[in-house]
Amino acid sequence: MNQKLPPMPERTALASSRFEKPKVKASLILGRLWKYLYASKWLLLLALMMNIASNLLALAGPKLSGYAIDAIAQGTGHVDFPVVYCYASLMIGFYLTAFVISYFLSVLMIRLSRNVVYSMRRDVFSKLAALPVSFFDNRKTGDIISVISYDIDTLNTSLSNDLLQVLTSVITVAGSLVMMLTISPKLILVFAVTIPLSVTFTKYRSEKVRPLYRNRSAKIGELNGFMEEATGGLKTIKAYSREPFFLSRFDTKNQEAVQANYQADHFASITGPSVNFINNFSLALVSVFGALLYMGGSISLGSISSFVLYSRKFSGPINEFANIISDLQSALAAAERVFRLLDEEPETADRPQAAELKEVHGDVRLQAVRFGYVPGKPVIRDISLHAPGGSVIAIVGPTGAGKTTIIHLLMRFYDVDSGAITIDGHDIRDMTRKSLRQAYTMVLQDAWLFHGTIFENIAYGKNGVTREDVVRAARMAMIHTYIASLPEGYDTMLSDNAVNLSKGQKQLLIIARAILMDSHILILDEATSNVDTQTERQIQSAMLHLMSGRTCFIIAHRLSTIQNADRILVVSEGRIVEEGTHGELMGRGGTYYDLYHSQFETN
Amino acid sequence: MKKFLSYIRPHLPVMSLQFLVKFGGTIIELFLPWILSTILDDAVPSGNMNSVYRWGGAMILCALLALIANVVANRMAIRTSRNVIIQLRHDLFEKALQLSSSQTDRLTIPSLISRLTTDTYNVHQLLDNMQRLLIRAPILLLGGLVITALLEPVLTLILIAALPFLGLVIWYTTRIGVPMYTEAQTALDRLIRTVQENIHGVRVIKALSKGDYEIAKFDQSNRDLIQKEQRAGITMAVTNPGMNLILNLGLALVIVLGAFRVNAGLTQPGRIVAFLSYITIIITALMRVPRLFVIYSKGSASAKRIAEVLEMSETMKIGMRDPVPGPYHIEFKDVCFSYNKVRNNLTNIRFGLKRGETLGIIGPTGSGKSTLLNLLLRFYDADSGEIRLSGENIGGIPPEVLHTKFGVVFQNDFLFADTIRANIDFGRRLTDAQIEMAAGTAQMDFVSEKSEGFSSLLTIKGANLSGGQKQRLLIARALAANPEILMLDDCSSALDYKTDAELRHALAKGFKDTTTIVVAQRISSIMAADKIMVLDEGRIIGYGSHAELLSTCGSYREIYEAQMGVVM
Repeated sequence: MNQKLPPMPERTALASSRFEKPKVKASLILGRLWKYLYASKWLLLLALMMNIASNLLALAGPKLSGYAIDAIAQGTGHVDFPVVYCYASLMIGFYLTAFVISYFLSVLMIRLSRNVVYSMRRDVFSKLAALPVSFFDNRKTGDIISVISYDIDTLNTSLSNDLLQVLTSVITVAGSLVMMLTISPKLILVFAVTIPLSVTFTKYRSEKVRPLYRNRSAKIGELNGFMEEATGGLKTIKAYSREPFFLSRFDTKNQEAVQANYQADHFASITGPSVNFINNFSLALVSVFGALLYMGGSISLGSISSFVLYSRKFSGPINEFANIISDLQSALAAAERVFRLLDEEPETADRPQAAELKEVHGDVRLQAVRFGYVPGKPVIRDISLHAPGGSVIAIVGPTGAGKTTIIHLLMRFYDVDSGAITIDGHDIRDMTRKSLRQAYTMVLQDAWLFHGTIFENIAYGKNGVTREDVVRAARMAMIHTYIASLPEGYDTMLSDNAVNLSKGQKQLLIIARAILMDSHILILDEATSNVDTQTERQIQSAMLHLMSGRTCFIIAHRLSTIQNADRILVVSEGRIVEEGTHGELMGRGGTYYDLYHSQFETN
Repeated sequence: MKKFLSYIRPHLPVMSLQFLVKFGGTIIELFLPWILSTILDDAVPSGNMNSVYRWGGAMILCALLALIANVVANRMAIRTSRNVIIQLRHDLFEKALQLSSSQTDRLTIPSLISRLTTDTYNVHQLLDNMQRLLIRAPILLLGGLVITALLEPVLTLILIAALPFLGLVIWYTTRIGVPMYTEAQTALDRLIRTVQENIHGVRVIKALSKGDYEIAKFDQSNRDLIQKEQRAGITMAVTNPGMNLILNLGLALVIVLGAFRVNAGLTQPGRIVAFLSYITIIITALMRVPRLFVIYSKGSASAKRIAEVLEMSETMKIGMRDPVPGPYHIEFKDVCFSYNKVRNNLTNIRFGLKRGETLGIIGPTGSGKSTLLNLLLRFYDADSGEIRLSGENIGGIPPEVLHTKFGVVFQNDFLFADTIRANIDFGRRLTDAQIEMAAGTAQMDFVSEKSEGFSSLLTIKGANLSGGQKQRLLIARALAANPEILMLDDCSSALDYKTDAELRHALAKGFKDTTTIVVAQRISSIMAADKIMVLDEGRIIGYGSHAELLSTCGSYREIYEAQMGVVM
């Protein structure tokens, strides 16, 4: 199975997919979230129990204060102090216990969400490591990053806050309801009016506001994209003095983004106060009807007090529900994006009978290979070639001819559509990817270094490399003198901009890294195009050392670097159009001859 | 924070008004328990049903007024934060455009981008929440105090006594907790960097089968981050229960003290009921506060990072004009320069170019070729020596005048997501004729193969063009405004030799009067230049025509022979 590049329109759809609402059923997402929670089931159970305990304790408060008030309500000179003291000290005891429990509960919840987030990040990263190269070719780095930072963070916040709050709310609402029922079933009827009102209203509003929020996310995304792009081009903008032009473009995007945000918030700003109003409205009803019942003598003053306090407790969470629900919605959307990433097809597994590639001789064959990133758009049309062990094969041709694609196929970053690639006579699809890739040493045009010391960067390709090995490789790659001149030598950190390494110097570090590795096939994809000719000549011995005894595939623009190749392939539009040694090809007077001569042409 | 406050200051009148409206609304809302106590203490004992209904009506009226006031206040707040953010982001972006190159080097581009995006977003969140939610708790507290003081001054003392304890809890969390969140944020940044590196280096990592190693490395960052997050979380976890406890203890005290007051005939039981209501209202409002602290810690860290950029002083001063007439269009006089001011990157650079001449620069990587161009554009100021353009010291030319003289292509130059035409035009309002002429000279024949021609859209960073197409488009941009000086920094490396040669022919024909500086790796790109400069470790080791250098400069001859191979 091949991992294909999706066509362009889909690519843009991917970019904006971050802002769509969940397409997967919430229950499915919750089910998968549950698996993460289930790993900490005992913590979860403990938390649940503590939560119930602390809330029940807190719920006792108004009831106790109600009894105390009844004792007070005897009136001037008749207050029953022993009862008041008794209930007041009970209250203090209850609240102290509730404090201890709810603190430990929070700690517990933090541990719980820590476990979940840790495993989720670990899973996402392990997934990234398993995904095929094509996945990264088709996605913006920022989108992938935001899954691991923003989305998981949203989930984290939501789990540690909202989950607890939902539990608390449910218990509080249910408990208050029961308490109010025990106090006065008649007064409860007030809520039969106000709660449906509140629920309907919240639902109606949140449905209206959702498209506005989606628009807001889209506009912010656009603005961020623009800022990223423009900041990357600061130097050029300055060189052409185009600051005003880009500033005004920026202003338009900025206005749009902020306005979209404003519209959403403007509309949403009604919700909170309205729900609050409904609650106050119910308080008014409770007061009036409570007073009437009180006058009728069917309820005590303390009971009204307790009832009012319970009704506050009762409607408080309901008021918060609107917020929690929108939080949970964004948490669900975040979870969905995390799971969607986790569901991506990994690199196809090695075939069950896949063998380890051992004792490589480096005899590479391509047989009638066809390949395209997008179905119907072949990049490699029909390429066959044979590279005997230890030979040097050069591939030349105009950009877009498919040179780098051949390398992708050799490394099995992609699999061929038809035809086959063999090493020492074995189809590379019958080998484990790991052993196959270990057979190669690769130096690409785009020098990849990571945040770490120079030593770590050079030693990266091989385990158990000593300082001496690294220095030796650096010397061969003609970069030792430069490294030694740095204040911290090989321990210099390669951070974003701490050292002003030029592209060429970076490339030399990569070459030093390659020198350290002992594999049988070498791939040089424009490996020295950023290195100037003098340095290239100076490292020639290092390159020759690198190449000796290995099968080499060299892609180069500079024809002088490939003249000594055993065979030169001229590739154009996915086919080999000419093939032979430098001498043969020059004698033929074809494409290669033209290419070669154009480099001497002057004005 | 000071800088941030300066953005808020112009909006202070509106914000105060908003605060007043909100305060008014809250006070009105707080009348509700009072009315309740009045019903219980006055209306009920009198047995007057109408009075109960009247007070009930008053409660609904108060609730309505509170609704209106809150909505109005919220909307005012949203408008304020909109206006603040538009201005802040505008200023930040403008500043980013104005920063000198050494300042951007120091900040790094990724950091600048995150300040523009994430940080302005966090500040917006902060501003919004501060105005709408954070302020509600103190208002309720304050309003509650005012109302209760009117209702029952003695019992209010208990609330007042609780204040220092609440303050202590808040002080504790901000002092101890917020820095912990900042630390966790740094750990998160590190984790993200690991992911970023892995995405960029996916080919290398896969080729070297280093997946497991990278997973272990990530695990380390992940553990570290989780640890820090947990520490911060647990520290902050004490806030909510703590504040609850303090107020609830107050509640118990109110009951005991209230009992004495009622017994002595100094107050009525209904007032105690109202009091308990107030305390519950305040507790509910405070519940949100810890979460807002997280927003605050994020927002204030972001505000600091933004202020860092905004407060950077302008380092490039425009000097006095001092024209010295001379024969040269471009002249370098003993110029020395160092990026880190430790080792020179350029030493004693001295040369002159007449109008219409072409200079080719060649030399090893790191020899200072691009640095020389950077100095001529005055991205950096020379440490010593001077650079003159038509006899004028470039330090005395305003940047916008200086820069319009140039057409430049840098290595890996900038393309943006817009049409091909817009990328050539680059906001200069050029005519179609100019665009087409430039495209023709730059050998952009691939445009005609596109169905939309010049209106074809580029994706971000021009990812839908090949390397060679990008370079030709960039060259067209440099040519389009018919510049006085053309600078091409290694911008034909992705072109095949044939196209490269055709480009050179077209340039020589169409841009005779343009003084041109070409930096190249390929000797064929500069062989025909009037003057060729060979740089090595920041010094000129050869200067002259191709023929002269072949005989005088050993290094040059070496490069020539190496690149041309055996000349047939």
